[in-house]
Amino acid sequence: MDVLWEAAGPLSVREVSGLLTDRDLAHTTVMTVLDRLAKKGFARRERNGRAWHYRAAESREAYVTELMLSALDQTGDRQAALSRFARSVSGTEAQTLLRALGALGEAARG
Amino acid sequence: MSATVFILAAIAIGCIPAASSLAAASWPRRSPAAAILLWQALGLGWGIAAIGALIGFGVTAPGSAVASGALKQLVGIARTGNLPQVVDFAAAIRMLCLVAGLVLLGVLYWILVAASASVVRARQRQHELLNLLAHGDPKVPGALVVDHPAATAYCLPGLRSAIVVSAGTLNLLDADELAAVLAHERAHLRERHDLVLLPFLALLRAFRWAEVARRAYQAVELLIEMHADDRALRQRPARELATALLRVGAAGGGGVPSGALGAAQRAEECEVAARVIRLLRPAPGLSYAALAVIIGASAAIVAIPAALLVLPLS
Repeated sequence: MDVLWEAAGPLSVREVSGLLTDRDLAHTTVMTVLDRLAKKGFARRERNGRAWHYRAAESREAYVTELMLSALDQTGDRQAALSRFARSVSGTEAQTLLRALGALGEAARG
Repeated sequence: MSATVFILAAIAIGCIPAASSLAAASWPRRSPAAAILLWQALGLGWGIAAIGALIGFGVTAPGSAVASGALKQLVGIARTGNLPQVVDFAAAIRMLCLVAGLVLLGVLYWILVAASASVVRARQRQHELLNLLAHGDPKVPGALVVDHPAATAYCLPGLRSAIVVSAGTLNLLDADELAAVLAHERAHLRERHDLVLLPFLALLRAFRWAEVARRAYQAVELLIEMHADDRALRQRPARELATALLRVGAAGGGGVPSGALGAAQRAEECEVAARVIRLLRPAPGLSYAALAVIIGASAAIVAIPAALLVLPLS
């Protein structure tokens, strides 16, 4: 997927294999992976001559944003799908409490 | 009206003010686990009693229990194909109550299934995205890191569970605070807190207009967080967890649009503050006697309506 994100345009299976130089993958393996990415909607494919060419459906940033938004979403039922460590606190309130904590810590040490 | 139906109705109605006062009470923060048990009992007991009261009122066969009487009546209707004769107003009301009871049973069941399905779908999508985007980091062993500047940390419960930490959180917190965050999230995953919350989500979806359903959901959610805090305290000092909470809380949620969320956000600010205050100034846990009373009450709230369903009507 990283290869598709970095590429300027659509890539054929052979081109993707060629760019994955660090890993020695069979042509069919790359084809299967690309096919699965396309089925899940992460990659779009188009026929170019006899070979399929693949490109990323969305930029990496778009997917990161989707992931983070669904995590930060404070409304609706998405909340129940995952459990967040802390919701937002207003900056001033947090500062006050953190200062109080700092004072406590110093008192304990001193 | 038979005594059984009257008691069932009284329990169903009584559960609602009981839930309101439980949501407003302060003792749950001292023993979140016991309070969660009581919430579960209230939810389940209310469901059994409400369905039982409606169906029980509609059952016309004398001398049989609510459950078996309703079953007999339905089998009879299905076999002969003709509905019982509605002779007068009282019979019509009885019929209406029986139908309402069955509808309530169906709606609660269906909504629980639908809520589970939507939660599973949302998690599935998260896993797919994480497969593409996330990577490990030695600073947070066992967790996945997503490169995003906003500070957030969460867990994806389920058979295939994951703890996710954003790059923003990695930069914000020191090693001790990160360990406290992980301990908190691992407690959620280990004890499957998502399964505790799911029925309350279903109730909230079924009764969006009911203030008490919203308060129940929020109360249980906060208690689960407090319980996970308690679990994390077994491994890490309170101070680390408290500063981690405040730092993540102060930095997080930046991208969330304001407006309709305003009120909800204020409530959530109080949540984080309540958790921090509880960590710094821990109140003593409830006494064994008080815990025994809570456990006994929880058992009774479920057992009494359940028993009334299967005992013959009086």
